[in-house]
Amino acid sequence: MELFTNQILAGIATGAIYACMALAVVMIYQAIDHLNFAQGEMAMFATFISWQLMQWGVPYWGAFVITLVLSFLGGIAIERILFKPLAKAPILTNVAGFIALFAIINSCAGLIWDFTIKQYPTPFGSAPFLGSQLISTHQAGMIGVTLLLLIGLFFFFQYTRIGLAMRAAAALPESARLVGINTSWMIALGWGMASAIGAIAGMLIAPVVFLEPNMMGGVLIYGFAAAVLGGLTSPFGAVIGGFLMGIFENLAGTYIPGVGNELKLPIALALIISVLVVKPAGLFGRHIVKRV
Amino acid sequence: MTTLLNVKDLRAYYGQVQALHGLSFSLNEGSLTTLLGANGAGKTTTLRAICNMVRSTGAVEFEGKPLNNRATENIVRFGIAHVPQGRGTFTNMTVEENLQLGAITRKDNSGIVSDIERMYAHFPVLKQRHTQQAGTLSGGEQQMLAVARALMLRPRLMLLDEPSFGLAPLVVRDLFGILGKINREDKVTILVVEQNAQLALELADQAYVIETGRIVMSGNAKDIAKNEDIRKSYLGY
Repeated sequence: MELFTNQILAGIATGAIYACMALAVVMIYQAIDHLNFAQGEMAMFATFISWQLMQWGVPYWGAFVITLVLSFLGGIAIERILFKPLAKAPILTNVAGFIALFAIINSCAGLIWDFTIKQYPTPFGSAPFLGSQLISTHQAGMIGVTLLLLIGLFFFFQYTRIGLAMRAAAALPESARLVGINTSWMIALGWGMASAIGAIAGMLIAPVVFLEPNMMGGVLIYGFAAAVLGGLTSPFGAVIGGFLMGIFENLAGTYIPGVGNELKLPIALALIISVLVVKPAGLFGRHIVKRV
Repeated sequence: MTTLLNVKDLRAYYGQVQALHGLSFSLNEGSLTTLLGANGAGKTTTLRAICNMVRSTGAVEFEGKPLNNRATENIVRFGIAHVPQGRGTFTNMTVEENLQLGAITRKDNSGIVSDIERMYAHFPVLKQRHTQQAGTLSGGEQQMLAVARALMLRPRLMLLDEPSFGLAPLVVRDLFGILGKINREDKVTILVVEQNAQLALELADQAYVIETGRIVMSGNAKDIAKNEDIRKSYLGY
């Protein structure tokens, strides 16, 4: 029983990270109807920036905040320079753009910081949380920071005018423009926020998976699986999907014989395919009907 | 009477296809004008061209200031509220959020709050349903909401694209009564595009009839309603 509780809690902790990645993916998907394959690499690059800042002597939380700001601006810059010109281009052109972005960021990180694995600090420590063997303080910190982020985002989208404008721009761009919303900048803002959310995920998971240019590969696949499971049209669903993914991953690895660490990732991919076949809109998404 | 909107030689294009062939008309401040014509005559395109939602040439002036080359979202800031075809309701948001979106360009928070109350007084059904998702409203209620959303801008000019579409005749009468009241009491200039010519001519004081992208008739709404020839050849009733 203790193993079970332990696996659930650990699952919620990594699930928090998947939830962040899924949320970042869904935010951009809502804004431009494309999946950002480079979301993980953007998060990885941001994590390297924070590491570099700490190497230069900036304290953890200082580096954390500076990285968030830089990620936010970086996300906006990527949208303005790369994806705004592609807004009316065919899907494949956009996919090529995302893959190019993936490769560019990955290579640049390798060039600047090389491919050796680096230790990444945690501000929470790794002692048992509240004296309990079930969960470490870092895992508790991952859950705590994610919950704060989610609550903050909820209030932003529900109760601020700019949040309302962003929702309107994503839901019905033409109507949004007719009430005076600059939809183009709302998309850029969505990119900035998604980029910053990804950076948080990267910085929280780095102490667990260690820092290196390919650290987010697996995490992003889980993030995609979470987003598909919850529904690509539902930010709330993406978050729930993230937590479910984390729990599912841990339980499958522990209790299904032969799965272990090696087969955890194929399980995520199998889940993506099953959801797409059985319930394409995901748990909380809505069906999109398009007139042809 | 001063001219609020002046349109001169307006031509609009969808790709290679020209939809408007040099339209000219003007709206007096405080007037209620209707733009009539059959399906595909270019009524919707005219409204879309005014708000720069379609590629167009020619001059569109609002109080003497040119609107061409301004982005759609900036044209709203002149006080031009456009209720598009299909109403443009944000169906997965609440009624109240829809009203707030209508006022998204305004900065006076207390004014917005009191205007929302004013809309609830105008349209009591919206107050009953203010926390409901707009998509759950009936067609008539959604049209009331669309008009209320447009009014939240405190517009000088309101452009309405077929407000009667898909509504029961009684509901249309109600709606047109409200539009007339808004025009008289709030001094909002209104341009309404309609296929329901009979009702639109009763409501309006000015009328333009367009056919295949050209204005073929203009004048006092009462005169046009009385003219048998026009009625038979262009308005079909």
